[in-house]
Formats: sequence, C-alpha cells, structure tokens
Amino acid sequence: MSKLKTITRRTFLISSAAIAGGVAFGVYQDRKTPPNPLTAPTGGAALNPFVLIDQNGVTLIAPRAEMGQGIRTTLAALVAEELDVAWDDITVLHGPAAQAYYNGAAIAAGLPFKDYSITEFQHGMGQNLDFVAKMVSLQITGGSTSIRDGYEKMRHAGASAREALKQVAAERLGVDRATLSTENSHVIATDGTKIPYGDLAVAAAKIKAPQTGLRDAATWKYLGKSMPRVDMVAKSTGTARFGIDTRVDGMKFAALRINPRLGGKMIGFNATEAEKMTGVDRVIDLGNGVAVVGSNTWLAQQAVDAIDITWGDAPYPADMAGILAKVNSALDDSPNSTLRNEGDADDLPAGTTEIRADYTVPYLAHSTMEPMNATAHFTGDRLEIWCGNQAPVLTRDKCAEIAGLGPSAVSVHTTFMGGGFGRRVEIDYSIYATKVAVAMQGTPVQLTWSRQEDMRHDFYRPAAAARFRGAVKDGRAVLMDGKIAAQSTTREVPARLMGLPAAGPDKGHVEGAYDQPYAIPNYRITGHLAEVGVPIGFWRAVGNSFNGFFHETFIDELAHAAARDPLEFRLEMMRDEHAPSATTLETVRDMSDWTGKTPDGIGRGVAFTYSFGTPVAQVIEVQQTDDGIAITRAWIACDVGVILDPSIIEAQMFGGMIYGLSAAVHGEITFADCAVEQSNFPDYDALRMHNAPAVEVQILASNAHIGGVGEPGTPPAMPALGNALFDLTGKRARSLPLMHDFDLLT
Amino acid sequence: MSTPLTINGQSYTVDLPGDVPLLWVLRDAVGLTGTKYGCGVGSCGACTVHINGEAVRSCQTALEDVDGDITTIEGIGTPDALSKLQTAWVTHQVAQCGYCQSGQIMQAAALLAENPAPNDADIDDAMQGNLCRCGTYPRIRAAIHTAAADMREG
Repeated sequence: MSKLKTITRRTFLISSAAIAGGVAFGVYQDRKTPPNPLTAPTGGAALNPFVLIDQNGVTLIAPRAEMGQGIRTTLAALVAEELDVAWDDITVLHGPAAQAYYNGAAIAAGLPFKDYSITEFQHGMGQNLDFVAKMVSLQITGGSTSIRDGYEKMRHAGASAREALKQVAAERLGVDRATLSTENSHVIATDGTKIPYGDLAVAAAKIKAPQTGLRDAATWKYLGKSMPRVDMVAKSTGTARFGIDTRVDGMKFAALRINPRLGGKMIGFNATEAEKMTGVDRVIDLGNGVAVVGSNTWLAQQAVDAIDITWGDAPYPADMAGILAKVNSALDDSPNSTLRNEGDADDLPAGTTEIRADYTVPYLAHSTMEPMNATAHFTGDRLEIWCGNQAPVLTRDKCAEIAGLGPSAVSVHTTFMGGGFGRRVEIDYSIYATKVAVAMQGTPVQLTWSRQEDMRHDFYRPAAAARFRGAVKDGRAVLMDGKIAAQSTTREVPARLMGLPAAGPDKGHVEGAYDQPYAIPNYRITGHLAEVGVPIGFWRAVGNSFNGFFHETFIDELAHAAARDPLEFRLEMMRDEHAPSATTLETVRDMSDWTGKTPDGIGRGVAFTYSFGTPVAQVIEVQQTDDGIAITRAWIACDVGVILDPSIIEAQMFGGMIYGLSAAVHGEITFADCAVEQSNFPDYDALRMHNAPAVEVQILASNAHIGGVGEPGTPPAMPALGNALFDLTGKRARSLPLMHDFDLLT
Repeated sequence: MSTPLTINGQSYTVDLPGDVPLLWVLRDAVGLTGTKYGCGVGSCGACTVHINGEAVRSCQTALEDVDGDITTIEGIGTPDALSKLQTAWVTHQVAQCGYCQSGQIMQAAALLAENPAPNDADIDDAMQGNLCRCGTYPRIRAAIHTAAADMREG
C-alpha cells in the first residue's frame, strides 16, 4: 500500500507506463474490501456500506453529494432495482466520509484517451484504475463520474444484500434459496409465506453474501424510468436542509473577511469598534482574514465589515493586462501536450488559403446560489462539521489537521448543496469554520460567507486563450491546428488540495478540443500551460467549458469559409468517425427543423461537444427584439449510452446548457489591484426567466458506454450561441462574455 | 428591542435591533430556515416572503419596517399537506439543487394570487427577479401554468 500511495502521489495524471506498473502491483490490494463504515441501528443491520435495514425500513446510502444533479435518486434506484424495495418506503442518505465510498471513475476519467474511440482494452484499463481511487480514499463527487462509478457497484450492493436476506430466509424455512423471490421488502416463499427484510437483516449481515449476477435491463422496474426525486418534496417545501440550515443547540453565527488579494497575507487589523457592536461575541484572527462570532449572521457581518484591516499582496499580476499577458505568452511556449496529431499540421495543404482566428475567454466564478458556509463544533477531542461538500474524506482529513486531531476524531455531515458546480470540491470554507470552532472550543459555530466574500474568493474557471489555423477544400476541412493556453486546473487543484505533483500531458487542459469526433486529415491540438498564480478550480465541464467554445467556433468559421451549411459540414466529418455523435447532430437537426436558412431578424447556431463520455449537440435560436437580442429557443440531443432516469437527464442537459449560456452572456471575473472587481449578482448576473430559452431535449442510447450527464450540457451552449449570433449579425463571437460585443437582452 | 411578529399565523417576539433584515430574523432568531440567503442586495429573490400577501425581499426589509403578517415557505404548505402550487412543483420535478425554490414558489404564489391565468409574458415579468443557477426556468414556467389551471378548477 505504501508503494502504491507513492505511485499515485507522484503521478496523479497517469501516463500509460505508470498504469501498467500500478495495475500489476495493485491486484492484491484491490481484492481487499474497504471496511464498512456504517454503524448498525438498534434491531437492524448494515448489510454492506450501501444498505441499512431495520424494523423501520430500508435506508440506502448514496455516497455522492446531491448538488442538484439528482444523484441521490439515481444511485438509490440502482440499489432498489436489485433489492426489491418499494420506492416510497426507502430513505436515502449521503452517509459518512469513508474509504468504502471511493469514486473509481474519477481516476479513470483522467486517462488520456479520446472517449469516443476508446478500445475495450483501454476501457478495461480505466476500470482497473478503480483500485487507485480506493487506495487514496477518493470520495469525490465531480467530473460527471458518479453514475459511471456506481452503475454496476450500486446494483451489486442491492443484489448481494437481497441474496443474503434470501439465504437467511431459506435456512429458516428449510428451503432452497433459489425457490425464494423478493418483493416490496419481503422475501416470499412458494407457499406464500412472507418474511419482512427487517426480520432477516441482523442475521443476513453476519453471513458472507452469496455471489450473484445483475438483472437484465429488460426486467428493470425503476431504471430507465423517470423516478420521483427523493429530494423533491423537501425542496418544494423549504424543509430540505442545506449546510446553511444547520442548527445545533447553543450555536453561534459568524461572518468573515479574507484578503481580497487572493493568497495574500493579513498584515494587521484593528477591531476596536467591531468588538463594541451589538450582538458581537468575539473577533478571531484567521491568519489571512478575520471572523466575527455573534448572535446573528447579519450582526456579525456588520461587525466584520467595520474592522480596519491592512492586507498584504497577492502572488499574481495586479491587473488584467498583466494576467492575460501571462496567459497569452504561454501560446508561444513549447507545448505540454499534443494529444491529437494527425497528418501534417505544419504545412498548408496545396491549393488552400489559411484561415486564422484567435479566441479568449475570461475567468469565471461558480456563483452557487448558496454562499459558502460550514458549521463546526470542536470539543477538544472531537470535531464535527456540517456542510455541503463534494469531497468529504478530504474535508475530514484537512480539518482534522487544523484541529490537531486524527481523522477518526472528526465527523463530516454532508448536507444538500445549494449548488456545487465544482466549487464545493474545495475545503477552504470548512477549514475557516474549523479555525473558528477551535477558537470557540465547546461552542458550535456556523460561519457563513457574504455573497461578496463568496464571489471574490472563488477558485475560478481559468481564463484561456487560443490560436487556431485551418483550411478547407472541396467543402471539407483539411487542416485544423489549434493551440490552447490557460492555467492547468487538473494540475493546480490536486497539487493544492492533496500535494499531488503532476506529470505528463495534461488531458483536462485540452479536453473538448483534442478529443472531438471529426475526421480531419491534418489535425493537431496542443496544450500550453500558463503560470499565473490566480487561484483556479474545477468549474462545470472544466477544460471542455473553454475548449468547446474554441473548437466549435472555429469549426463554424471553417464551414463559413467553405460556404457550407455548418450542421451538414460537421455531420460529413463525423459520420465516419463516430456514428452515435453524428446521430446526435441529425437528431437536433430534425428536432429544430434545421434548414440552414433563417428569416431576417432570426439567427441559428449549432455546436457539438463530446465530453464526460457523452456526445451533445445543441441548436440555439436568437431573435432581434426591441429590447435587444433574445435567446428564444434551444434544442438538445445527447447520447448517454444507457438511459437511467430520463427526467433527471433532461434536467441536467437543459440546466447545463443554461449554465453555459449564462457564462457566455454575462460571466466575467476581472482583477484590479489584485482584487476581483465583481462582487454580487448585479455585476455577475446569469440568465433569468425572461431571457432563458424554451428548450426541447432528446436522449439517445446508442453510445458504447454509459456517459455522464451533469456537465456535458454546458460546453456546446457557448459556441452554439456565438454561432447563432454570427448567423443573425454577421459578426463572429471570438471572445466572451458576449454582452460586450452584442446587444443582448439582459 | 422587543418586536412582536406574526409569522404563518403564529405570534413571535424577537429581541433584535430594528435594522436587522427580516431574512436574518427568520433564519437565525425564529429558526425558520426555509427562507434563503442568496445575495443580501435584493437581486436574487431567494429570500422572498409575503407580507400581507405581497411578495417582498426579506433581505431588504428591516425588522422595524415590517408592517403586517408574514408568510414564509413553511406557511404555504408542508410535506404532508402540499399546496397546489407545491404539488405542481413536484409533478414537474422542478428543483435541482433546490436552494432558490422557496423564493421561486413564494414569488409564483404572489403572482397567482393576483393573476389566476398568467401568460408567458406575465410569468417573465413576475419571475425575472428570482435567480436560479441550475437553470430550472423551463420547469418553473410549466409548473406555474399547471398550478394556475388546478387553482382555477378549485
């Protein structure tokens, strides 16, 4: 295990050589099942880390954080499908932070293979990497991996629990297990005898669960259907508990201010006035900021705003000119990766004219509706933390360090998240809450960030720049050569959070550009890593969120140069390369009655991105109105390989698209004097009811493997909108946000 | 300062300065956490409650300015007794993260009280102050139409 840890720590972005060594070494450890972290309820039992049964019913553990993507519902449906429990009878919980809940798919997603052309060998290699995630206790919700990780795992949890219950019943009844059936939380014998699961669970937990296969999809009762979400009633009645709704006896409320020059220190502060203010109990030095603890969040906020603070400098250029110069200059550095390199991309094909375009996109905030917050209670020998988070084991371990405790002395209660989008993979808000709780030993404290602190202390989607050149001949693209420069999220975040140095070509940096299913004979994508120092993080769709815009805008520019319909132009190059992707384009063409022609005052754009295992094609329609250009309609076709919950997939597709459109229209984080200039929704807005499009979604299932759904809706939205604006106005959108260059309805 | 309040038909007395926004009275003093903090500047609608039936942003309403009966999301319906509007929310599976939905429902309830048959433009006008970062707007719109029809039928 120690050697394995060394391997994974040394090389988080795994090169194929490291995989070969790692898999061979890891087989023994892989066979060891992580300990079951659940404590059996009185009169009940935990049959495995995912199934708890007692006399009150069945509780399923869905150990991925619910941030709106519906994961709690679909993970529960996977278990319930095999366990034969009535949907209305189950309770679904997130469960504790534990190694048993590692996410194997999160590591496999880092392999530098184009998913659309993945071979069975490569797919198997990804599955073997499962053990790496187990070894590093990677309990992460992100990268649209939860279902890819849980699709078989959760069904096996249900099936093995069911067979264990049947085995106990078989022994009690003196019959063969094979003669028993199960339904609505009962084992049923051929003579009609029914035994409730609750009567069998304690004994079933003590035996080794019999091996069994998984049911055929043709027999599914829950999977493949739109299930009522397990969180829907709570979220429609104000009774769902988010992190910010945590209430513990004797709890105090706190607010904070952190150095707006990100990463800078605090030189000093004067809290004399603040300490005298109403409702204030205590001012706490956080090192790079201050917190005020009091009787009410708003009173604490007023006090913390009254503190006079002297801030130190940040480790990056003071303004956008300096920051963007660093990003742009990386384009001229030698590449970190050339993950696509087909034909000869250096020379211009004979008889063609070179087409060039430069693109830029800004830093973006996550801007979750629920501002960052955490509640912590430190008693001297134990720490309890309540918060929405996408990484509970990391949260537990880092907060344990801050409190001077071992991880086993820390409990993390993962609540519903009022949005995640990658922001809550971070642990900064839990660490600040822990620092406050340690200073306030014995008193639980809820630390809530103001919207201003939240927006100005994010880990931003990096700004990026691209330089593309290409050529067309006989109506087809014959050259596409793209250079992409940005800070590397996939290197900087693991290094910052886990001390994992990275090596090799950075796939995350170029995903959405290098791995798209187009047959272009001379095709090269190079990734260039910029060193800037602005704190960056995973943002919905990560690299795809900017590379999709670059790649699909340039494809549109090539189509225009070739005087071709942009949809047909794409389709021709895609049909031979990847049929399911081509079908998404054909589907969205049919859904939208795409003719390639639009009347005056209306524009349409198409874009396609293959990301997180799922090809997605979108058509966006814009219309000139008296109030500006409105985004009126949208059509989405996706291919998820296996459809588990159509309603949830549809919601993720249009929700992801609207998140992308919001960024395309409004999203921009800028710096002045090293501090973020935007601070709240009036200067970092998003689409709203009046300017969000009507949308239709079709879900296909012909792709070779099950794909993710939380993120793939986001990347094509930005280029589809830009391409629609080109169709309407004749002006090409080469930089975001679009509100600067287009008169959009906002 | 001791202030009497009527919230969801119940009487409360709170001891807070008069300039504390109603939002933070409800959440931190009364313990009704269904009303959410989103922006603190009246630009996202997550904190929407009713005062005398009218939708207001509780983050912009000082305790001392509250001049009527308050209704919060907890007063609209409960998990065991959903209002028609909430039933429509469940039918259309509106919520994703769910954080903004209390405010969306309170805003929609005020709209339907005033206009029992809103068209899309009416919905745009009434709902554009309520931000949803998950982008649930298409289903919010559908749920409002469904609820309006159900409520007209009685």
